[in-house]
Amino acid sequence: MTNSIDNCSSCRSPKSMKVHEVSTQTQTGQIGGQVSLVIDGKTIKVPLGTTILEACRTLNIRIPTLCYHEDLCVAGICRICVVEVEKMHTLQAACSFPVTAPIVVHTHTRKVRHARRHILDLMLSDHYGECYSCSRNGTCELQTLAQEYGVDFYRFGHPSESTHKVDRSSHSVVRDMDKCILCRRCVRTCIDLQEVGVLEAINRGDHTKISTFMDKQLADVVCINCGQCINRCPTAALKANDPTDDVWAAIDDPDKHVVIQTAPSPRAAIGECFDLEPGTPMTWQMNTALRECGFDAVFDTNFTADLTIIEEGTELILRLYKALVQGDQKVAESLPQFTSCSPGWVKYIEHFYPDYLHHVSSAKSPQQMFGALIKTYYAKKRNIDPSKIVSVALMPCSAKKFECNRPEMVDSGYKDIDYGLTTRELAKMIHEAGIDMPKMEKSDFDDPFGTATGSGVIFGASGGVMESALRCVVELVTGEAVENIFENARIEPVRGFEGTKLAELTFDKVGPVPDLLKHLVPNWDWMKGVTLKVGVCHGTANAKKVMDDIIAGGPFSKCHFIEFMACPGGCLGGGGQPIPTSEAIRAARARAIYAEDESSTVRKSHLNPAILDVYHEFLTDGPCGKTAHKLLHTHYIRRGKYIM
Amino acid sequence: MKAMHQGDLTFSSIDPNAGLKRAIQMKRIDIIGEISRSKMRGRGGAGFPTGTKWNLAAAAVAPKKYIVCNADEGEPGTFKDRVILQEFADLVFAGMTIAGKAINALEGIVYLRAEYTYLLSHLEAVLDQRRKAGLLGSSIGGDESFSFDITIRMGSGAYICGEETALIESMEGFRGEPRNRPPYPVDTGFMKHPTVVNNVETFAWAACIIARGADWFNAVGTDKSTGYKLFSISGDVQRPGVYEFPMGIMVSDLLKEVGGSDAKAVQIGGASGHCVPASEFSRTCAFEDMSTGGSVIVFGPLRDMLDIAENFLEFFVEESCGQCTPCRIGNVKLLEGVRMLKEGTCSMTYLKELLSLGETMQLASKCGLGQSSPNAFLSIVRHFKPEIMGRVNL
Amino acid sequence: MLVTENERLRQNILDWADELNRDRSALIPLLQRVQKRYSSVSGFAMQVIADILDIHPVEVYSVVSFYSFLDHKPKGRFIIRLCQTISCAMAGKDRVARQLENELGIRFGETTADGKFTLEYTNCLGMCDRGPAMLVNDQVFTQVSPERAHEIVEKCRQTFGTFALQDQGRID
Repeated sequence: MTNSIDNCSSCRSPKSMKVHEVSTQTQTGQIGGQVSLVIDGKTIKVPLGTTILEACRTLNIRIPTLCYHEDLCVAGICRICVVEVEKMHTLQAACSFPVTAPIVVHTHTRKVRHARRHILDLMLSDHYGECYSCSRNGTCELQTLAQEYGVDFYRFGHPSESTHKVDRSSHSVVRDMDKCILCRRCVRTCIDLQEVGVLEAINRGDHTKISTFMDKQLADVVCINCGQCINRCPTAALKANDPTDDVWAAIDDPDKHVVIQTAPSPRAAIGECFDLEPGTPMTWQMNTALRECGFDAVFDTNFTADLTIIEEGTELILRLYKALVQGDQKVAESLPQFTSCSPGWVKYIEHFYPDYLHHVSSAKSPQQMFGALIKTYYAKKRNIDPSKIVSVALMPCSAKKFECNRPEMVDSGYKDIDYGLTTRELAKMIHEAGIDMPKMEKSDFDDPFGTATGSGVIFGASGGVMESALRCVVELVTGEAVENIFENARIEPVRGFEGTKLAELTFDKVGPVPDLLKHLVPNWDWMKGVTLKVGVCHGTANAKKVMDDIIAGGPFSKCHFIEFMACPGGCLGGGGQPIPTSEAIRAARARAIYAEDESSTVRKSHLNPAILDVYHEFLTDGPCGKTAHKLLHTHYIRRGKYIM
Repeated sequence: MKAMHQGDLTFSSIDPNAGLKRAIQMKRIDIIGEISRSKMRGRGGAGFPTGTKWNLAAAAVAPKKYIVCNADEGEPGTFKDRVILQEFADLVFAGMTIAGKAINALEGIVYLRAEYTYLLSHLEAVLDQRRKAGLLGSSIGGDESFSFDITIRMGSGAYICGEETALIESMEGFRGEPRNRPPYPVDTGFMKHPTVVNNVETFAWAACIIARGADWFNAVGTDKSTGYKLFSISGDVQRPGVYEFPMGIMVSDLLKEVGGSDAKAVQIGGASGHCVPASEFSRTCAFEDMSTGGSVIVFGPLRDMLDIAENFLEFFVEESCGQCTPCRIGNVKLLEGVRMLKEGTCSMTYLKELLSLGETMQLASKCGLGQSSPNAFLSIVRHFKPEIMGRVNL
Repeated sequence: MLVTENERLRQNILDWADELNRDRSALIPLLQRVQKRYSSVSGFAMQVIADILDIHPVEVYSVVSFYSFLDHKPKGRFIIRLCQTISCAMAGKDRVARQLENELGIRFGETTADGKFTLEYTNCLGMCDRGPAMLVNDQVFTQVSPERAHEIVEKCRQTFGTFALQDQGRID
């Protein structure tokens, strides 16, 4: 059912930042592509081309690293990982030394320890600020190494004053270059992983710094606010724009009614901030903790995820109907429809492919749909003055901070969402309130939005939106339970961390049109025999591949619906999630998310009773109707990528 | 153009195309064999055996290979490549063409530093003449299987591009930042193809070796450092300029030749080389003693060694590519240290820390430049302690 | 038809890119041509180049900022680069430097208000046997004395305006 276009990471960073592939030709000492080496007296056999660092990790020998990150290509520039290789007169960087012949390695000789200590001392001599007044205090990799290597004084001095102005121009990302150690993880993230290309090394020699195009502030360049650079920064040189002080102030204000919605991904990850294993779900304990913090109501963003599925799915059905049945050429050109729930992706396409904006679903993201409903539907239902409501969103995302500040996001008559909090920031608030979250009792979400479906939960993983949409569309069109087609409603072809995925599904039979959609389509006969083609991608580098494929008329151009997520792994790998991140951590979070789905009593958006209530009581002209359009849909801006 | 060198050079006495004409008749393996037997080591300063380099590139299986002539002569005090390119460009191009045949490369590229842009028209003219004479292009010397042509790429002002992997990065359109090694350029070079990068002078000598034979070359010099070498002499001497001496020449003999016998110290190998005090003038310019690309800067009796150290470190602070920590920040710290010494505010304890830091830079920097950047500082501190300690600024 | 400067620049870049193959290895030759013709590589030029080579403008900026002979800020018609490295320093470059500053009324790193001259230090020019040395655009001058520095500046002043804008100033 699936196949995948070229998924190799055609890494474009300079080759200076890569360990080159090693050809498995006539190298000495190899047997079956294996080579044996001795590390600290222990012999180990590894595949040819394994780096010394990888070999050390198999042996549980700890090598300190800074510029190395397993999601990124190798740079070999911080030099903290140097080791001694016998017969070589200089020390070698373990991260970038591929073993191609038998060698003898020593990882903690006097030379090595001295060199590492010197490198740390040099970094600290160029690193302004004190640990106790730093947002990464406790999670800083430089701090950890300074402690490990017993740094108790500044051997080569320490800057007494700031040399860089902090860039706070962006709603999402704050750059404090005083704390930058030039490991270039952000550069490789921004260029290779995300294909956004905002950050690069500028100048040479001691003037080298990480900067943007023409040193402009972040708000003025093509930054999509994905925050992946934050997740990979070893220090606090990159951090999220933190509104917790404002949120506390709102909580402390007795006049304000402070509500918070929580997205599924933070719940699968916030435990990491409380020393729990990645993938420990905290949904119900967190609800209690949030109330303890002083939030007046706690809602589940999954509710509006379900609503998104209904709105976006209806939009898709309408586009298909107009294109296939009514022969509307203009609508046909807007296929495939692109998802719109990832604000990083939305800004990406606004910058890089503005000519394709008509493909993007006009449905708002779940966060913003909720924002519009809280200050209208909820305010009315609870008889609260909407101007007194402070609406907070807990998101795994830094781009959501930008999204809630988009000037068009005021359809309720107020700023729909007041503050976006990241997982890390909420964890900090909970810590600050002295709450031991994992030990909290479990409690449910507040009405009237109640508990959402499993479809909303899986929005957090790459392919989740598509899976939810498919569950919905299949049942709405065929009238048959999706479990009859996919075991346990798991639509495996769209799951997993493959960069780009294609899937298709043919409608052999159709059922009656359900009530919800009766005003839009007369029957499903036109869907009979139709093969629905869908695509999924995550990480904007993969989004670029898909877009270029569409432009070139490749397989993705034949799709009807494509899910785009700006962050690798989807929302669970978002830029607001706990640090560190790695594929293993993201996979653990994904497991938590899919487990929550399977434990849900309702797992399809269109069966969520609270959703039906909303359409019944409030959005009375139905999905994609007039009210829905006013509150739940939006438009986009042709930004382009030229910067003047 | 006016002759720029001092005394007689072998290059003047040799038919620039004699080597190439012989090479056309030779088998690849014999060309490499001849170069290997000459025991010539790279004339850029690092001293890698040229025959071995060509052999590795020849052995690599690849659809495309490149010969690159490193004319990014940026080491302070070095200017012999400029003189060679001005006066003996034919010889260099012949050497590249021979190398092309030896490793089966069809393309040669000269990477010429931006500071030498004024040489470009002359070099282009020489290349044109060679094409017209059938010494470049297809069917060189009438041999249909032998094609080779040379283009010139300009640098843009970065010392670090003299490092061969940085040079390749630069040619590929990137910042001139040295790559991780291995792999080496002979295996994965320009556009991932096997690439031989040699210094200007190396190609010129290669052409001479093929013309006159390996035995002629290795009869001169020492066992480990064979042949002649061009030296760039500058500083406090009576007759600065480019000279040819046999490898292994003693510093004192060299100073006698150029009129600098009253020198207090000599910098051998440029900013990345070593500072030799008068007491060690019996040392030799050879790979087994002091490896050099030929830069000799002579310091007269009145020079302040701290001024010299400061100048070299200012150079490295600016010219470091800035990617690795030891070189980028280390040189700044050494420079600050020299300034403290000049002001008389550096304790012996801190000076020892700096010496130890210098050793770390030698061991842990990513490329040869970073590894050699503290050399001048270390040798000046080591040899001139009485002069540099306890300064009093009035 | 009136062609704006930016349109002309874009067309130049497109033509050069066609000559050079549209691949990343063409980046530096492209930048060099823009630098030579327009005496700097503007932000607009960098974005056009990035577009053509399918790389990010910040990558182009990164490369431009790395190399001393590429500038993103406009420079003077005559760029005077005085060698500051050891042999020239020992041969008296400080006096030449002072004289150049006096002649032009600017400090090193600055451009004269009329846009004629930029004064910079550079590292070793490979003229160590005949220092102090300096470059005026592509042209090299050796054994420059303070007096000679004055003469060279004067000659530049006289030459200015007589050569076509497309070519970098050359004084003969």
